[in-house]
Parts: sequence; C-alpha cells; structure tokens
Amino acid sequence: MSLLAKPNDRMAAVLDQQAEACIDEIAGRSLWQDARIRLMRNKAAVVSMIILTIITLLAIFAPWLSSHPFDEVYWDFIQVAPNFSEGFWFGTDENGRDLFVRTLYGARVSLMVGLVATTVSLIIGVTYGAVAGYMGGRVDNLMMRFVDILYSLPFMFFVIILMVIFGRHIFLIFVALGAVEWLTMARIVRGQTMAIKKKEFIEAAHASGVSTTKIIFRHIVPNILGPVIVYMTLTIPQVILTESFLSFLGLGVQEPLTSWGVLISEGAKVMESAPWMLAFPATFLAVTLFCFNFIGDGLRDALDPKDR
Amino acid sequence: MMSDPILKVENLKVHFPVDVGTFFSNKAQLKAVDGVSFELNEGETLAIVGESGCGKSTLGRAVLQLLHNTEGQVIWMGENITGYSVKAMRPLRNEMQIIFQDPLASLNPRMTIGEIIAEPLATHNPDMPKEQVKSRVREMMDIVGLLPRMINRYPHEFSGGQCQRIGIARAMILQPKVIVCDEPVSALDVSIQAQIINLLGELQKRFGLSLLFISHDLSIIRHISHRVMVLYLGNVMEIAEKDELYNSPRHPYTQALISAVPVPDPDKEAHKKRIVLKGDLPSPINPPSGCVFRTRCLYADQQCEREKPDLNTLTEASVKSTHQVACHKQAEIHRTN
Amino acid sequence: MSIILEVNNLNTRFDTPEGEVSAANNINFTLQKGQSLGVVGESGSGKTQIFMAIMGLLAKNGRTSGEAIFKGQNLLGLPVVELNKVRGVSLSMIFQDPMTSLNPYLKVSRQMTEVLIEHQGLDKESALERSIRMLELVGIPEARKRVHMYPHEFSGGMRQRVMIAIALLCEPDLLIADEPTTALDVTIQAQILELLHSLKEEMGMSIVMITHDLGVIAGMCDHVMVMYGGRVVETGTVHEIFNDARHPYTQGLLQSMPRIDGNHNEDLYAIPGQPPNLQALPSGCAFQPRCQYADAQCRSTQPEPAALSQHRMIACHHITVAKDLIPAMESA
Repeated sequence: MSLLAKPNDRMAAVLDQQAEACIDEIAGRSLWQDARIRLMRNKAAVVSMIILTIITLLAIFAPWLSSHPFDEVYWDFIQVAPNFSEGFWFGTDENGRDLFVRTLYGARVSLMVGLVATTVSLIIGVTYGAVAGYMGGRVDNLMMRFVDILYSLPFMFFVIILMVIFGRHIFLIFVALGAVEWLTMARIVRGQTMAIKKKEFIEAAHASGVSTTKIIFRHIVPNILGPVIVYMTLTIPQVILTESFLSFLGLGVQEPLTSWGVLISEGAKVMESAPWMLAFPATFLAVTLFCFNFIGDGLRDALDPKDR
Repeated sequence: MMSDPILKVENLKVHFPVDVGTFFSNKAQLKAVDGVSFELNEGETLAIVGESGCGKSTLGRAVLQLLHNTEGQVIWMGENITGYSVKAMRPLRNEMQIIFQDPLASLNPRMTIGEIIAEPLATHNPDMPKEQVKSRVREMMDIVGLLPRMINRYPHEFSGGQCQRIGIARAMILQPKVIVCDEPVSALDVSIQAQIINLLGELQKRFGLSLLFISHDLSIIRHISHRVMVLYLGNVMEIAEKDELYNSPRHPYTQALISAVPVPDPDKEAHKKRIVLKGDLPSPINPPSGCVFRTRCLYADQQCEREKPDLNTLTEASVKSTHQVACHKQAEIHRTN
Repeated sequence: MSIILEVNNLNTRFDTPEGEVSAANNINFTLQKGQSLGVVGESGSGKTQIFMAIMGLLAKNGRTSGEAIFKGQNLLGLPVVELNKVRGVSLSMIFQDPMTSLNPYLKVSRQMTEVLIEHQGLDKESALERSIRMLELVGIPEARKRVHMYPHEFSGGMRQRVMIAIALLCEPDLLIADEPTTALDVTIQAQILELLHSLKEEMGMSIVMITHDLGVIAGMCDHVMVMYGGRVVETGTVHEIFNDARHPYTQGLLQSMPRIDGNHNEDLYAIPGQPPNLQALPSGCAFQPRCQYADAQCRSTQPEPAALSQHRMIACHHITVAKDLIPAMESA
C-alpha cells in the first residue's frame, strides 16, 4: 500500500504546483451562454431574429421613413395601387392614406400590444405560479382554483363588457390581454416550480437556513426561466393575433390609429378591387408570427438540448 | 469519546399520511421511521445502513428538522429541537449540514460554484465583506481538493466527483459539528468513491466532525464508520461498533445483509456461504405485526408474529456493552451457529 | 468448446454537434459457449456502447465498423428484419432499469406471449403456459396469477426477474446483462445473481455481464475485460485479473474498491484525477494523466495491446514495471 501511496502524494503535489502557477480565475460558461451558442447555430431562429429586428426598427422610425403622415388624407389618391413616383410604396387605402406608413404604425401597435401584454402576464404569472407551486397544499389549492375560475370566464364577453363600460382605449386592450394570458403562464410556472422544488439543491438551501423569498427568487425562478422564455416567445404572436382579431371585430384601436388587425379587416372588404390593401399588412403579420414561432422553437431546442 | 453525545435521538417516528382506497379516500400512515433511538458522539461516524425503503434518508432529514417529526425527540447538545420552526432552526443550521446522493442535482445549475459555496456563509453572516467571503470560499475549495481558480465555473463543467467536492465545501464552510451524509458516494464511479471517502475521513480528523453516514453499501460503511446501525422498515434491527457488527452480527437480517455483499475475490466468492433472503420488503403502509422482519426471517415463529422485539443490549461478557439487537431469537441463533 | 461470439476490430463513433466522439475503439474478444464474460469500466468507458452496437441499438447518431460474429453470422450492418430474427430469440439483453424495457400499459402476459407467438409460432395458450413456466423459473411466486399483472404492480426485484424471464423466453444462447443489479438492494442482488448463475449452469447459456462492481464479476464470470476511455486495457481469466492484475488501472481499481473483508483502518487507495471525457481524451494512453508510471512515451503514443496468452491481453507500455508491484499489492 505504502508503495502506491507515495506517487499518489506526488501527483497531488504536481496538481498544487499547477494551481499556483495559474492563480487567475477561469471564467465559467453558464448554461445561458451554452444556450446562446446553440441558438446561434439555429439558422431559422437567427434569420427570424434579424427580420424581427428590421420590422421593429421600421416601426420605430416609421415617421422618418416616408414623407407622408399616417393620418393625412390625399383626396387625389383614393385607393391607388403601389405607386413609386408619388412615394405610395404600398398604395393607399379607401380614404387616400398612405398604406406604407399605416402598416408601420400598425406594427407599432401590434408589437407594443404583444410586448406589453406579455410582460404583464410574465410578471403576474411567474410570481403567482412560483408562490403557488412553492407553498403547495392549501394555499396552492386556493390560488389555482381562482385561476380555474378566471379561465372559465368567456374572454370575448369580458372584453366586450370592458369596452362598453370604459370605451375603446388601447390601454384596455393591454389589460384585457394581459389579464387572460397570465393564467396559462401561472399554470406553467406552477408545474415547473413543483418539479424544481423537489430537487436536492433546494433542500440544501433549506438545510443552510436560506429564507423562503431567496429560495424562490434565487433558486427556483432562474431554473424555470427556460420554459417561461419559450412560452413567452409563443405568447407574443398569440397576443398579436388576438389583438388583430379584436380589431377585426371592431373592438381594437381607435381611428385614425391603426393596427395590423384593423388594416387586414379593411383590406379584406376590398380584397377584389384593391388586393394590396390586404396583401401588405397580412404579409407583415404572417412574417412576424412566423419569426416569433421560429425563435420560440429555436429557444426550446437551445435551452433543453435533450428534447431534440 | 463517551462524554455527552452531541446529538441524541429518542423514539423518533416519522409517519406520512397517504391516500389508500379509490373514491372514498382512506387515510393511512406510511411509517417511514418508527421509533428510532440513537446517540451520536463528537468526532464519531455513525453509519445508518439498510435497503431502499427502510427509512434511512427520512431519518437523516428528520434529525435535521427538514421533515416534520410525528413523535419522539431530537436533542441537540442538550437542547430539545423537536418541532422547531424554520425560523427557530435557522441559527442552528450552521452547526448541522447535509450532503446529498446526486452530486449534480444538489447544485443549482444557474449559479457559479463560488456562489454556491458562499451561500450558507452569506446567509448566516450577511454583513461579512464580499472579499472575506471570497477568500473563505477559496480556502474551503482548497481544503476539499478543488482548484480555487475554478471559482467562477458552473456545476455542469465538473465531473460527478468534483461536484460532490463542491457539495462538501458548501456543507463545510460554516464549520458545522455534524454532517448528515446521504449516500454521498453511491452515484460515483468506483475510482472516485475512494477519493471522496478519504476526503470525508480527512475532514473528520481535521475538524473533529461527527458524521451520520447513510448508505446501503456495507463495504463502504466498513471503511468509514465507527458504529453501525441497521434499519429495516423504519425500525432499528441492530446497532454495534463496526468490527463487532461485521465479525459477529447477531440479527438474522444483519447476517443476511453481510453475507449478500459480493467480495472482489473469485476464490472467496466461490466458497462463500450466502444467506439468500426470500421475498421482498413488505409495504411500510401495512408492516407485518410483531417483528417487522419476520416475513423474511428463517427463524421466525409465533412469538415473532405476536410481540415486537425490544432493542436489547447484549449481556454476554464477550461482547461490548454497546451492542444492541432487536430479536427474540438472537441468543438461540447465536448458539446454533 | 465452440465460439459463440467473436468481435473483431469493433469501433463505435457518435456524431455530436461538438464533433465526432469515439465511444469504443478497436475492440476484439471472443466468448466461448457456456462461459461468462465480465466487462468492467467506469461511466463513459464505452462498455455499454459495445453491446448496444452489437444489438443494433445504438442511438441514431452512432456508427459502427468492424465485425461481431454471433454463431457464424456477422450482426453488424445486418438489416433490421434479419437482426430481429436473432434479437430476443438467440441473443437477449437486459438493462439496469427494468421499467425502460417493459411497456407500462401492457400486462406482463401480453408482453411475454407476443414474443413467443411472433418468433416461435406458438398459439396463445401454449405461449401463456410457457410464460408462466418461465416466470416460475426465475422465482416469481404465484406466477399463474401474477402473469396477468401490469409491470408497475411488481416490486423492483420482481420487475428485474420479469425482464430476465422475457429475455429468456426463447432460450437464448447469449444473454447480455447491463448492470442488471445496480439499482437493486444487496439482498435482492444476491437473489438475481444466484438466478443468473443457475441459469448459466443449467441451460448452458453464455452471459456477458457489464458492471462496475468487481464483486459481482468475481462471483459470476470466467473471463474479465477491463475498459478505460473507450479501449480495452486488460483481459484475462477472473483469477488472472483479481490475483495478477498487470495494468495500472486494473490494479488501482481493485485497490480502490472498499471491501467488506480485509483491512479497514487505513485510507483507501484512490486513483487520482477524474475519469476521462470521451470528447477530449488525453494524448497517448487514455489513463496516462492518472497513472503514476506515466512517462514521455505514454503521453505521446497509444500502447498497443500485447497478447500474453490466448485470453490474456494488456495494453500498457510498462507491463514489466507493473508486474513488480504485485507483491506490494498482495501485502495490502
């Protein structure tokens, strides 16, 4: 035994020397960084991100991109086809307004609705779901029954009542969409939390006397962010679509402001005489939805490579 | 060694309510730990051995008050801590720590190992300057055989053995008096098991630690423990000093366990007399009457079916007074062997 | 004695996003009829992948080259239809976790009779009778009643027996057991090992036992193959390996095993360092960073396997040095 023990010590000494030789700390590669590298390998997701960035930039800089204001009515150009000499790149609508600017303004509203409503649902849903899942037992039961009740309320009815009582306002759309979307988020987060809660590192935190708040926000939330982010990227298009649907029904944003839903609704009416009025906003909407879904898929693969 | 025990457990019971029946739910009790008593001395390793489902992990967590104790007492340095709230336990958490079976699952994958090891320290000393925390972490990493320059890396960048070292560093950083080791090496490769066992032994000598070493592996226990407690269905079958337990096991269950362990020696294996137990572990929801082991015991008779045997200290002159066995037939079996 | 399985120059590779990973390299061995071979190695040593390749069960990104001749037929590259005439019939495999290979939604009776009806053309009734007999053989009490139960209604040890019973239904000539007792308790492990042992004696079945537990090998096997970093480092009879280990890794492994017999007051011998990562194997000999005899040659060149006798092989540049250590080992 002793014969073998010696070289063992020598080995340890060699390791020690190596340790002293390079004192500087090695930077680790976190799971987030790994996921980003995997995401960057996914061509569809990368292309989608580029297209989305372009659409977002177009929406932000819309007023400077075209010489026409979005609500100016050109009486000489009622419902004309795309026309480059006058700068009506996408043509004009039945009121003689420039469709290009209006499509970009529609993008502003649609993207904004998607982001704000999703953020609202994210904040409420994650907190609510994490608390319910972590507490468990009676608290969980009570909190989730409340979610079930909200789920069973007919959403459209709810929105229409809101509109009737408070009048049409873009803020209400955010509230209505956020109030509905957080329910699913809370359910997802609760399920994930219950799975993570049983992991040994949570028990280790308990055994070290770490407080409940810290356990939820340091140990549980960062570990459920993966599915949450994936769900979020899939919620944004869903919200945009719902907003379009509301606008299509005439419950969306108010004139002269517009959204993709409103534009599509108007375009659909004159589909045969002025196909461009439907084609441009519909293409923008479809491309955006595709992009978000591709990014969602890419993120899911990147965050959980085992599932492929 | 025989001074006041650091930890004393008296008649500890942990029962979980479970639903049986289909529609009209009948509540039954799963008796995971059913009346266990033992003492743990300073600087001592007490091994808790048993098969899966014997309640050994539950016992370890119940001692640390991570689980609700149904009955009995846990006395920590003279203080009865049974039923302490999470808050009341908090100041005691730096005295008693735990290391887990699955090294990777016991580390938060989103935190660097520096943050993981520092967490208990930061929790108990919120005012400690960051630099001091870091230097303590680096020192502890060095002690458990991790290169301190790895401090900013993440758990998934380490192998199983190294992850277990990280877990040990986290448990050690508050310099606890007792560590509950829940199967700390059973998920590791053979060549790494030895490293971790040696490390635990070294830390024990250096810091005077007491270890509650939970394992199903009798070979490993023989290496690391001073005393061994054998559990079966939440009951103590036998408790004795290591050499005595291995050289002259008295409980038929202990005898079967020891004989079932394969020895890495083909000649010994070829000539070994193995006691093969019949059947499976009964359900802890509906344990056998009397002695819980009787359904698999070669010697069981009507007395075993009727009466639950007490854990009695052996009175023979040839054995140490610390040897306790819970078996009606113990003396008889010993004579015939 | 006739050869039942002959593996020549078998290589297994996996395509991963990080590049090609070699799980098993240049594997050669033969197994005689009625004999048992123990395959020892740590996680990532490639011990399971060899047999997954032979069974045609590699993951989709895996590729195999070389040959594995089972009863005169090369199994590698055989079309699935042909392979299915062998798999589960004359060549069976059992796994560590029985639940992964039993369908939780089907009764055991259905899972067992299906195999017999499919491969042996038995009718339902005689297939059921045969299944019940097989369950009795592996020691399941009340087999006639239990055959109609679902897998989850069995305990862990019983489930493992059911899996062994299914593997044995068509009386295979070779059974590959991948860590069959690792998930089980010692007393149940003893029951299963006893069963395998008697099956080998009574049915003349050959067994390949893949495990990390040298104790299991010592009791079960005639020959041993030690693997490290995707290569075979040493082979020999069970006595040669346990009493006359020549490769430093085998020696280290034997000494680092905690033993229930022997000396317990010293520290265990521990092989320093970590098991190798197959994606980043060290240069030269894979064991070199953890080996106390490693020198410049070990760091630069892969040691060629050297045959000492028909069944004895060692891949180490320092066999002679290692041999000198045997007295030291015996005194330990």
